[in-house]
Amino acid sequence: MTVANLKYSKSLSKFQSLIALLILCIVLSILTDKFFTAENGLNVLRQIAVNICISVGMTLVVLTAGIDLSVGSVLALCSAVTAGLLKNGIEIPAGNLWIGFTLLGAVLAGLLLGFLLGCFNGFAITKFNVPPFVATLAMLTIARGFTMLYTKGHPISNLGDSFAFIGTGWLFGIPVPVYIAAVVVLVAVFITQKTKIGRYIYAIGGNEQAAKLSGINIKKVKITVYAIAGALAALGGVIVASRLDSAQPNAGISYELDAIAAVVIGGTSLSGGKGSVWGTVMGAIIIGVLNNGLVLLNVSPFWQQVVKGSVILLAVIIDKAGESKD
Amino acid sequence: MLIAKNISKKFSGVIALANISMELHPGKVNAIIGENGAGKSTLMKIFSGVHTQYEGEIFFNNKLVKFKSTKEAEDAGISIIHQELNLVPHLSIAENIFLGRELTNSLGMVKAKLMNEKTTELLSKLNLNIDPATKIAALKVGQQQLVEIAKALYTNAEVIIMDEPTSAISDKEVDNLFAIINQLKSEGKIIVYISHKFKELFAIADRYVVLRDGSTIDSGNINEITQDQLIHKMTGRNIRENKRSSSVKDQPVLFSAKNITLNHSLFKSKKVLNNISFELHNGEILGVYGLMGAGRTELMECIFGLHPKNGSGEISIGTEVQKIKCPADAMAAGIALVPEDRKLHGLIINQSIRFNISISVLETLQKWGLLLSAGKENSLSENYINKLSIKTASDNHLAKTLSGGNQQKIVLAKWLATHPQVLLLDEPTRGIDINAKAEIYELMKTLAAEGMGIIIVSSELPEILTVADNILVMTEGELTANIPIEEATEAIILKHAIHKN
Repeated sequence: MTVANLKYSKSLSKFQSLIALLILCIVLSILTDKFFTAENGLNVLRQIAVNICISVGMTLVVLTAGIDLSVGSVLALCSAVTAGLLKNGIEIPAGNLWIGFTLLGAVLAGLLLGFLLGCFNGFAITKFNVPPFVATLAMLTIARGFTMLYTKGHPISNLGDSFAFIGTGWLFGIPVPVYIAAVVVLVAVFITQKTKIGRYIYAIGGNEQAAKLSGINIKKVKITVYAIAGALAALGGVIVASRLDSAQPNAGISYELDAIAAVVIGGTSLSGGKGSVWGTVMGAIIIGVLNNGLVLLNVSPFWQQVVKGSVILLAVIIDKAGESKD
Repeated sequence: MLIAKNISKKFSGVIALANISMELHPGKVNAIIGENGAGKSTLMKIFSGVHTQYEGEIFFNNKLVKFKSTKEAEDAGISIIHQELNLVPHLSIAENIFLGRELTNSLGMVKAKLMNEKTTELLSKLNLNIDPATKIAALKVGQQQLVEIAKALYTNAEVIIMDEPTSAISDKEVDNLFAIINQLKSEGKIIVYISHKFKELFAIADRYVVLRDGSTIDSGNINEITQDQLIHKMTGRNIRENKRSSSVKDQPVLFSAKNITLNHSLFKSKKVLNNISFELHNGEILGVYGLMGAGRTELMECIFGLHPKNGSGEISIGTEVQKIKCPADAMAAGIALVPEDRKLHGLIINQSIRFNISISVLETLQKWGLLLSAGKENSLSENYINKLSIKTASDNHLAKTLSGGNQQKIVLAKWLATHPQVLLLDEPTRGIDINAKAEIYELMKTLAAEGMGIIIVSSELPEILTVADNILVMTEGELTANIPIEEATEAIILKHAIHKN
């Protein structure tokens, strides 16, 4: 292959998820009238906002060659706690005390809880050398259990209009969750591309031994990415609870798989060190558009799953084929 | 009889073996002797079917053979026991011995009982009375080695190649091993024995073959040659006169290591490094030489804070004692380490040159304590690309696209960017071409002239003799000599590097 060709194919592979998305959009626009409208576009973006929050966190974790299976359960627990604090506050029976929470206080408490659960994941992984898969699998079960304990298995509903604004509100013609997801993406892009810790994340995933020998504090960086992933899952939980005006004990089940799918379709390597937040955003949008398109085309939900799975497989096969050319 | 005729082998253009010929006799222990890199391992890998591309011919029992795989070599009766044992730790002894050739009944089911019985039989031949169902992980290294030998016996190997078989076992186990070797010898097997330990060679070997720089230098009966003659044949190069002539001893002490000791991570009583102390002066290049397993790399790792749990000792810069518990501590003390394996430990191979150069100094490239400045980063990498003449069109290219020499320069650049006072180089010229080597030597001399203290670990005697002011020699974790360059010759260094009798 000539140099020019190589360059061309490299830049092509960089944009392959964007190209795939464009083709998908064109096809759907032709097949159905309802797809290519502003209303539908915003609808898709609102639907994927939660997945974007989660999968951005997942991207950081995967870039360090880790994985976080606990995000769905962390989402549920944090959304339940946020809703519970907002509605009922904390009662301390001993002193007959009652602590109330403002909207901001409840949301921040939820995010903090997600952050701490993530720290715990990172701690188990770095301090005790538990493989990320196992540590976060354990957290998946633990956090779900605590959700059930906290909610006693019942949804916490009627959370008030101002809370509902987070998930259902509109600002300047765009849904609020879209703003939230956009901020998350921009901050994550900034962190990964422009800061020291971003470099360290790529370095650790690329070659942990070399990173360690370069004086990088591996444990600190890893705990940080799991903490961020936990906090972003909590943020997703706040949006979900707000949208439904209810924190469901069963919320977020299998969300980790959607997040991993977005990461993988976006071209981030599960072995770490390679990929980007932008890619994941593309991946999440492709999944969202695909879901939306299949609904508009009246495809059975059962077939939707088959298609989604096939797309994941195809995306990775194309990615690998691109690699072996080098 | 196993005969090699005019065997040559190249690795991507570098000659590893040049026209080697030798005869290995049945009923004899044939010792293969040579320095690191003389070609011993390459030759053994050709005999055992690991390397299949080579020039020349191999005759085994008067038949021309050319093995296409290790399986073929094994089937023909050539078995190799590698230095790093090739056993599956979580399988039993019997399962390992029969791995890939399990005894099965007509339904394809494994006959575990029969295999265990046969294993017991084999093990008893080797005086190893252990339940064949024991997992390999539960065995001591010496016992594992016997399992490897049992495996060779089971395949009815006629040729048994042992690569440094005593490197990890105790004296008592060595005696046991020798008894077994003598027994195999009496059965008419060809034993090929590779070792750096002369005492052992004279104790067990019947014949010797000396290799140097990929060629056969000499061969004969071991009782007709002395140790000094062997050493001379191993080194025997023309003596180089381009030694450094410097008087660094007058310079103040820049760095000192006191009583560096490193315990084995599994067997606490075993010492990988034992009480090593030395000093490094301003502008000095200190060579560290030792044969495989001498503990050179571990010494560098200890200094750089990579063994906080098992290592002990005192590191000082100037007169100040440093507390070094991790690489970041070492870097803060002004120490840098260019590791032995650049791909495994030095580079993030899928990232750009710029990324790799800047990774250890990102703090200095920040604006407002947060944002990485692209401008500062570019000028840093451009600066070092020019300074070390790294050949690349752009610092944006991935590290993996560069040649070995240029990759090594990236690692050097990354560490020079931290402005170290003490630079540790572990095999800095391994696998790189002559020009890049010369450039790295020049760079070392320039840096030393600017006052930096450099420690270079090398397996190549000519390299050490070319660049060093003083030479430390290590043997099995101990410092055996500290030789000023004026007094150093290859023979003297090697004498100290070889296991003391």
